[in-house]
Amino acid sequence: MMHVRRSPEEIAANRQRYEEHQKKGLEFAPKALPAPSPLPAPAIDAAAIIHQETIPGGWHWSTALKRGEALRIDQAEGGSTVALVAWNAADTSERLNLVDTVKVQWTTALGKGRVIFSDMGRVMFSLIEDSSGAHDCLMGGSTAASNAAKYPGVKTRNTRDNLVLVAGKLGLTRRDIPAILNLFAPVRVDDDGGFHWRGKLSNSGDYAELRAEMDMIVGLSNCPHPLDPDPVYAPKPVIVTRFRAPVPAVDDLSRTATAEALRGFENNASMLA
Amino acid sequence: MTDFIKTSASRSLENAVQEHFIPAEAPWSGIVRKGQTIRIEDSYGQQAIDTLFYRADDFAERYSSQDTMRTQGGAYIGTGTKIISNEGNVMLIMTADSCGRHDTSAGACSCESNTVRFGHGTKYLHACRDNFVLEVTKHGMSKRDIVPNINFFMNVPIKPNGEMTIVDGISASGDYVELVAEMDVLCVISNCPQINNPCNGFDPTPIRVLIWDGED
Ligand SMILES: [Zn+2]
Repeated sequence: MMHVRRSPEEIAANRQRYEEHQKKGLEFAPKALPAPSPLPAPAIDAAAIIHQETIPGGWHWSTALKRGEALRIDQAEGGSTVALVAWNAADTSERLNLVDTVKVQWTTALGKGRVIFSDMGRVMFSLIEDSSGAHDCLMGGSTAASNAAKYPGVKTRNTRDNLVLVAGKLGLTRRDIPAILNLFAPVRVDDDGGFHWRGKLSNSGDYAELRAEMDMIVGLSNCPHPLDPDPVYAPKPVIVTRFRAPVPAVDDLSRTATAEALRGFENNASMLA
Repeated sequence: MTDFIKTSASRSLENAVQEHFIPAEAPWSGIVRKGQTIRIEDSYGQQAIDTLFYRADDFAERYSSQDTMRTQGGAYIGTGTKIISNEGNVMLIMTADSCGRHDTSAGACSCESNTVRFGHGTKYLHACRDNFVLEVTKHGMSKRDIVPNINFFMNVPIKPNGEMTIVDGISASGDYVELVAEMDVLCVISNCPQINNPCNGFDPTPIRVLIWDGED
């Protein structure tokens, strides 16, 4: 099989460019990121609230979210994990893409100031408030089988079936369910790649606010994370609030924190133009 | 190119039922039947091989990186890893791995994500997502069917603080993985064209795929 290799000069030039990107990505962003949001969660201006609802433990929910609106997810009674998926309202083939999100931001640890990308190189959400920074991009949610193994003999609801229901009620199918973001799931990876639940990273009453950067449909599932150490199936309710977020300032944190976010927002702008 | 490496007494280059050479940067797809073993060979070394699996008789059931990681309790792929579908079923089991490090957290490169990672000037470079879109379309699927994939031979260490970077692959010329199919699957490969990061040493190279019938 004939194959012409690239020249050492071309390889060296590409390597140099990557190393410059990597240096900027690893050294710049952590300095730019703020401390977690304060607890307890401050009240949202009542005039800005569009809708508020309590999702019972074990249940699913979905909502439209227009560009400029935000969703506060508040684990009011502590100890909840909320799985999140999202689709572009105008073209549901564009959806949450966690692998791009972690790859382009050089980290699996999402927190205040980070953004969440779609598969089309555009920003779906800015994490404008986040009290924990303890979320999980890797492990996915519970399934009927994982719950049956963990809670033998107990009737439970699970994240997989919840998201099939969310998709189905929106006219979507199993084919449309992207990899999920687990909010309030303090999962960390050890040197061998093993997953561990670092409960100390979480606080009772943690909340996160996600500002929509395009018109979207958002789906949530409120079930215990597969690594949740509680042997009893006892998911707590969470309060979701859809509200009009303040208009982002020129120096908006999420839009300026990293070179990658800046370029992502440039891609959003070209869609909106 | 390297010589054949024997992993089983009954397996030779001569009795493989399929042999495919996939050029640098190109896509490929093919069916692997239950009981068959597929070997994916990094012919020249340090090449990332982006791979997806779909259940052959129901493409809505497909590889799930999150279910695979959750089920085995860890982020990396290696010998013994069960490849799990979005329905929680075992699709394949990795039975041999001469390399030792494969990724399933970083996904495939795309023209769109390249603009974000490396600048808008890198948009018009051939990328894995384009390969996947072309290849799955041959089977009646579309972009919505493309999910996070396995990157065989790609080295993406994740640190305890979450930090994650793509670093030089450790695979050498002739390194291989073998997977035995537990159901009939469609295997879709993008032989990664990325030249902006070290996943393939900034120099994409050809690969080889071999398939054997089950030993019974
Ligand atoms: Zn690629």
